[in-house]
Amino acid sequence: MKQADFVSLVMPFKDKVFRLAKRLLVSREEAEDATQEILLKLWKNNKKIGDYKNVEAFSMTMTKNFCLDRLKSKQASNLKIVHSNYTDNNSSLQHQVEAKDSVDWVSKIMEDLPEQQKIIVQLRDIEEYDYEEIAKMLDMNETAIRVNLSRARKTIREKLTNTHQHGIK
Amino acid sequence: MVLNNIEKLIEKYHNAETSLHEEAQLKSYFNGDNVAPHLEHYKPMFQYFSLSQKEQYTKDVPLNTKKTKLYQWISVAAVAVLMIGFFIPNWNNEPKTLADYSPEEQKLYLETKQVLSLISANLNEGMLGLSALDLAGDNLNVGLEKANYITVFGNTTNKLLKN
Repeated sequence: MKQADFVSLVMPFKDKVFRLAKRLLVSREEAEDATQEILLKLWKNNKKIGDYKNVEAFSMTMTKNFCLDRLKSKQASNLKIVHSNYTDNNSSLQHQVEAKDSVDWVSKIMEDLPEQQKIIVQLRDIEEYDYEEIAKMLDMNETAIRVNLSRARKTIREKLTNTHQHGIK
Repeated sequence: MVLNNIEKLIEKYHNAETSLHEEAQLKSYFNGDNVAPHLEHYKPMFQYFSLSQKEQYTKDVPLNTKKTKLYQWISVAAVAVLMIGFFIPNWNNEPKTLADYSPEEQKLYLETKQVLSLISANLNEGMLGLSALDLAGDNLNVGLEKANYITVFGNTTNKLLKN
């Protein structure tokens, strides 16, 4: 496999790898390092890549495992918790600011979720994989994924409702 | 009617029973402007999902692994050259016996040996002649010791003269 082939194979899902890594590791730099590491690992094994049935699912599993390892390892102790990576949508209306603020809230709420739920929400709601694929990536059955997803979504709803009504009640 | 539908969908969504298609419907509804007031608080969630979907990995990944391999092989080659350098001189220095040489060379070798032994024999004779000199030197030393007695004798005579 040539470099160009590899790049065209990896291109479609490298952003997904990065976003999953960022979901788990929070800081952008850490996530970038993790993504790079995973892509390099794939590149090193590029002779075997043809044998994998689904390279994308395989890489997502790799990402999940790698990030969880990173979180466990001591290196993770200098992870940055603060991040400020939101794109600015030029219009500076107060309404927009408020909306952005609540959007920020969602990401904070998601940070508090257990890792398993974080991964599932990320894969389902953001990357829009179907349950079958998620089940393969995480090596779980679909029912367990649905249960976890439902819990995570309800937690988000609950916290979001609380913050939303904070000003009123 | 639409609102009713959305409410149902939200309930299904929270039980994780929606299909991807229905979720797409929800997303497009909440990303639009006509969100019913009592559903307003779901808006940031779906907006956040759509927003984070757009995030991209921008860093380049260095995929060139060939150069490093070349360097590794250079070091291997250098070590090989060094090893050859150590072993080649040893091959030439292997010990040889007289039988390895041609008859003429053997003859020459024997002649040289004879000549050298002759020279050394003469040298030894000369050394014997020198041993006579050695003896003379010994006698001289004995004479000198005796002369010392004379100086001692001289000292005592001086003392006597002073008294």
